[in-house]
Amino acid sequence: MSLLQIRGVTKRFGGLVAVKDMEFDVQPHEVMGIIGPNGSGKSTMINMISGSFAPTAGSIRLKGHELAGEPAHRINRLGVARTFQLVRLLPELSVVQNVVAGAAFGHRRRWGASAERFAMDLLSRVGLAGVAGMPVSALTYIDTKRVELARALASEPEVLLLDEWLAGLNPTELATGIGLIRSLRDEGRTIILVEHVMDAIRSLCDRCVVMSSGTKIAEGAPAEVLSDRQVIAAYLGDGDA
Amino acid sequence: MSTREIRNLIVSAVLLALCALLPIYGSTTMAMFAVLATSWALFSGPTHYISLATAAFFGLGTFVTGLWFQTLPFWTLPLIAAVAGAALAALVGLVTLRLSGVYFVIFTLGLAEMVRQIFTWVQNQTGARGMYVLTSLTEKEIFWMLLALGTLVYLAGWLIGRSRLGFALRIIGNDETVAKHSGIDTARAKVLLFMLPGATAAAAGAMLAPRYIYIEPATAFAPLLSFQVVIMALLGGTGRLWGPIAGVIPFTLLWEAITRQAPNQTLLLLGLAFLLIVYVLPGGFVGLWERILRRWRARG
Repeated sequence: MSLLQIRGVTKRFGGLVAVKDMEFDVQPHEVMGIIGPNGSGKSTMINMISGSFAPTAGSIRLKGHELAGEPAHRINRLGVARTFQLVRLLPELSVVQNVVAGAAFGHRRRWGASAERFAMDLLSRVGLAGVAGMPVSALTYIDTKRVELARALASEPEVLLLDEWLAGLNPTELATGIGLIRSLRDEGRTIILVEHVMDAIRSLCDRCVVMSSGTKIAEGAPAEVLSDRQVIAAYLGDGDA
Repeated sequence: MSTREIRNLIVSAVLLALCALLPIYGSTTMAMFAVLATSWALFSGPTHYISLATAAFFGLGTFVTGLWFQTLPFWTLPLIAAVAGAALAALVGLVTLRLSGVYFVIFTLGLAEMVRQIFTWVQNQTGARGMYVLTSLTEKEIFWMLLALGTLVYLAGWLIGRSRLGFALRIIGNDETVAKHSGIDTARAKVLLFMLPGATAAAAGAMLAPRYIYIEPATAFAPLLSFQVVIMALLGGTGRLWGPIAGVIPFTLLWEAITRQAPNQTLLLLGLAFLLIVYVLPGGFVGLWERILRRWRARG
């Protein structure tokens, strides 16, 4: 049975239809990519799954629980954790406290010494063992992304949503970043990632969904969908297809 | 408990004992503001939601005493006031804590005014005017009651600081979106903690009513009180539990001195303190102290 089931999900902002009748499944331990040109509704899709806002219509089910219409904190407790397109850290808290923040109220809750220990483990897991006590203002860009990832992992989510987690990294950092996500995949985590970096899509995703103008135009293995005529047309325009 | 916590506890107990021996001129006012500013900071410090509703809760408390001091034993009045204050805070919280930033500030200011108008209206309907609160309580006894209330506030603050609720509030103050996506029911957390300063201010109002002797809506709900509390708390700094009191002591001393010399110039002090906070002491005395400490450590 699939872990996440998305059926007929539509989102309207006034007259604008951002996402229309989306439908896909995510299997346990699967890495699913959502790709598409700018403005195709990928982030809106992520925002609906995580509960930033509710879909206008349709159903999003996680292990049979309906997520559509639930507030974000309930969805997080049910097992969905996310990172943000523009990194959001807690500036007044230390690095390790930022990670504890993810563990204290989420899906699997930890508090006190055990939360702290768990957060330290996660920090070394994402390659930040040495900076736990530092203020987040002292971190480099990729390290802020690592902290955010560790925070999302801290609630031990059933599904991890990465919203352009690799965006803005330089080539060296990108290789590190892809390696890190691959290691999460190897641990058997279920991940949905929205990404523009095609290398990452090719090397990380089991399957991906391609969106254009709010609708699904293709679904399948990365190599397959990336050579699809319709997908190429969506990215490059009809003349180049 | 760590040795550091035990040390802090002992230091607090000694300070408390010293305070108890110290009901001198002006100390009741100081105790009142210490209670109000500290409890205010418990909510507004971590969340950065500036509440100007202190006068609403305080006034409510004075009226609880005014209405029932003849019929009920006095010790029950602060309790009733606290419950009423908490209930009002919960009600207000449910309506307003979805507002952010300046809208919340304006609403809380309006709340005090609205409650005052309601009390005035009720009095007009019933034909009653102000009330005399004549009790046999001395200034010292009022001071000791406030001291007990202050102890409770500190204890609550210390417990909240170690609790998940306190941590949730800090996360909310840092980034509410992250808080929501980390499983925090932000509305519930905010309402719960907003009830604490509400209850405290109402209880303080109930205790202090005898000191005013005559109470009426215009004085009981005077908005000046809300501003004083905010300025004192920010002057001291909200980052630490002891922060607000570090602002209350110098501010009330100055305020009393100015009141005696030039009663019309007290508002000037409020304005100057506000400028001082904005331009020189963004973190209050706590922030200043921590900067000094850091520099000293860096040198040593």
